[in-house]
Amino acid sequence: MMQEGLDDGPDFLSEEDRGPRAVNVDLEMDATLQVDISDALSERDKVKFTVHTKSTLPNFKQNEFSVVRQHEEFIWLHDSFVENEDYAGYIIPPAPPRPDFDASREKLQKLGEGEGSMTKEEFTKMKQELEAEYLAIFKKTVAMHEVFLCRVAAHPVLRKDLNFHVFLEYNQDLSVRGKNKKEKLEDFFKNVVKSADGVLVAGVKDVDDFFEHEKTFLLEYHNRVKDSSAKCDRMIRSHKNAADDMNRIASSLYMLGTQDSTDLCKFFLKVSELFEKTRKIEARVAADEDLKLADLLKYYLRESQAAKDLLYRRSRSLVDYENANKALDKARAKNRDVLQAENNQQLCCHKFEKISESAKQELVDFKTRRVAAFRKNLVELAELELKHAKGNLQLLQSCLGVLKGNT
Amino acid sequence: MADSIRDPPAENTDFQELEDGEDLLLESAAARESEPASLPAVDISTKTNGPKQDSLFDEDTEDLFAEATEEVSLDSPERDVLLSEGPSPAITPITPPISVITPRIGHAHDDMFTHSSFDEIEEEEGGDSFDIHISVSDPEKVGDGMNAYMAYKVTTKTSMSLFRQKDFSVKRRFSDFLGLHSKLASKYLHIGYIVPPAPEKSIVGMTKVKVGKEDQSSNEFVEKRRSALERYLMRTVKHPILLKDPDVLQFLESSELPRAVNTQALSSAGILRMVNKAADAVNKMTIKMNESDAWFEEKQQHFENLDAQLRKLHASVESLVCHRKELSVNTAQFAKSAAMLGNSEDHTALSRALSQLAEVEEKIDQLHQDQANADFYLFSELLGDYVRLITAVKGVFDQRMKTWQKWQDSQMLLQKKREAEAKLQFANKPDKLQQTKDEIKEEIEELEGKVQQGERDFEQISKTIRKEVSRFERERVKDFKMIIVKYLESLVQTQQQLIKYWEAFLPEAKAIS
Repeated sequence: MMQEGLDDGPDFLSEEDRGPRAVNVDLEMDATLQVDISDALSERDKVKFTVHTKSTLPNFKQNEFSVVRQHEEFIWLHDSFVENEDYAGYIIPPAPPRPDFDASREKLQKLGEGEGSMTKEEFTKMKQELEAEYLAIFKKTVAMHEVFLCRVAAHPVLRKDLNFHVFLEYNQDLSVRGKNKKEKLEDFFKNVVKSADGVLVAGVKDVDDFFEHEKTFLLEYHNRVKDSSAKCDRMIRSHKNAADDMNRIASSLYMLGTQDSTDLCKFFLKVSELFEKTRKIEARVAADEDLKLADLLKYYLRESQAAKDLLYRRSRSLVDYENANKALDKARAKNRDVLQAENNQQLCCHKFEKISESAKQELVDFKTRRVAAFRKNLVELAELELKHAKGNLQLLQSCLGVLKGNT
Repeated sequence: MADSIRDPPAENTDFQELEDGEDLLLESAAARESEPASLPAVDISTKTNGPKQDSLFDEDTEDLFAEATEEVSLDSPERDVLLSEGPSPAITPITPPISVITPRIGHAHDDMFTHSSFDEIEEEEGGDSFDIHISVSDPEKVGDGMNAYMAYKVTTKTSMSLFRQKDFSVKRRFSDFLGLHSKLASKYLHIGYIVPPAPEKSIVGMTKVKVGKEDQSSNEFVEKRRSALERYLMRTVKHPILLKDPDVLQFLESSELPRAVNTQALSSAGILRMVNKAADAVNKMTIKMNESDAWFEEKQQHFENLDAQLRKLHASVESLVCHRKELSVNTAQFAKSAAMLGNSEDHTALSRALSQLAEVEEKIDQLHQDQANADFYLFSELLGDYVRLITAVKGVFDQRMKTWQKWQDSQMLLQKKREAEAKLQFANKPDKLQQTKDEIKEEIEELEGKVQQGERDFEQISKTIRKEVSRFERERVKDFKMIIVKYLESLVQTQQQLIKYWEAFLPEAKAIS
């Protein structure tokens, strides 16, 4: 099913991650529109995703079809949602992160350069590991892109978006070039303005208790998820480092075993074998923690940001509404342009109410999704940790049995 | 090398013929020489001393050799080399079971050691079994400021009659240990005994302790040192010869020990040591020995390889220790962060679960810390000890080279003198002639003696080294097996704890609704 440009290295990930669903956000999949990424190809510096759609909706020409998309086209779709005023009242599903193989590629390159300084076995082993790492990153990026599409497809309003349908169906290149320098600069300024604005707007106390509570909650939650995500990543990296050390220890023990002339040679070989196996388990533990914990936290970092953005838009519209009210009062006092002011005020009011209504629902859904996702992932994390610890224990005990029996 | 078995020179009264045809050595499992008893044996009865005689029939070899039958079978190549005749030394140590030299005599030990054979002490039947346990504990800071030092309690528990009591302790400081090692090295290294090296000095570590920093790193330093000192003492007493050395016994037993100032790095003795080390290194490069014994060449190569491999393994294990400590720190930080996240989560059940996760991670971080300690104190220190021990082994091989060189030098000098004598025969100065002739004759006689002595020394050291190496290898096998098994058991414990923690967490996670 998956076609990657690499050898399929040793199974580095847990069995649960065969398919691309790394982060499960508990979506309700509707039979009328199902989207998934059925294939992916990794090339030099880009990834080509095959987006596969199954739909009974009338607006599509066929019931089942596939197109090839690249990362930039996902971003284009996401940005079009964000810029659409009609969607101001919804949590826009966070854009998938850019596929980043740089670190992995750098490591592979370093390995190639250092090939002369290590034994053939060491080199093959490390190469296999790096390939497995590359594969893991690849699978993850596919999963993230798929989750984005699924969230859109599951959203009652967004799924009807025209751009989305074009994205799914148009089997030519969308010619969505990446943003050029000028546009990137514009984006940068927009963000600066937005955050300054956001601070201003956040200071406005909301009459509605629900939103006031949500604002406080989201602000704090977002920061803490950010912190947890970073600390989780550091923890997992240490774990991987320790597993790498075990790999080297296994090699050294093997050398000692083959060279020793005493009874220790069998001993060393057995312990070397143990370290080799134990290391694989440790690496799996790190990988599973990455999948179930780190990715979960990263995803909710992005989602909580999207929720914050929604609140910001609502606050913005509230400020606009209040300003419109003030302007209307002024107009009435001066008895000039009253109708225009009235219309404007009506517009702002309507916009504000619409956003508030949908935002409330969105935030409630967000909580439900979050709780479900955490539950699923924490349970799976605990189960995997247990499985690995038990496996490790068994390995150790059987090895000890052999060693003690021989001495 | 020695071409034939020859009678010992008359000046040395220690040697006597052994009439008894019994080969007592064959009773012990480590029979080395299978020579019949017609060879001269060493009888050191004249030098026996006091009431401690019997205890010297220490049969710790029983212990070692009992296990050795598994590891070094009688058919093993190592054994074969020992049993083979080839260029083996002339003197076979077949002892009458009565008298044995006691090394309690401090003086003139050089002579005793070269001429007597400690083989008897090892290969005797009967006597105490090796039963001694030393622990180093209770580090206590004595004094203040830069003159402060750590005093350690050295407790010996033993049933051996070598000691005055069964259970006793003394207070010692680090320089005392270094002093002990320095004394043992000066006595035994040059005749081929592998003296276990003392733990290394650390100026940085000690300064922190002196200055009074009561933080974790200085506590760790003290613990590391305490553990190293304990291992050092145990290794030293496991050596059957060293155990009976009067300096060792004094170190363990007497309450007051003269301060060993010569161990300070910047003392005159310290500087002399450094100079000697440098001189040795240069000499080693210039000595080209004709190795006629393949065993030595093979063993030297073996130890070079072993050294390289152990260093590599040691480096990897040190890296593991470091990363595991990092993991522990990072896990602790994540635990705190997760707790904060749990606090801000407004869904009650999820909030509780996150707090539980934080607790689990906190326990796990402690687990990682404990495991890192096991990694270090069991695995890493074992490797470090053996890297240092192998340096001592290499040193002993170097001593053999030096001994050979000395012998060769004497031989060359003798040759020169003989040539000079021959020249004189054809000279035409009758008055001076007789005097010079006599002088040269005297010198030649002296040199002949030296040459013989040199050859004997060389053979003796070669023999000693063979025994020492085989003992060393036996100990190495024992050590590694025991400690690695212990280390694996620590890993087992960690996994069992992990299982406990995650099993406790799982229902909490499932309880999120």
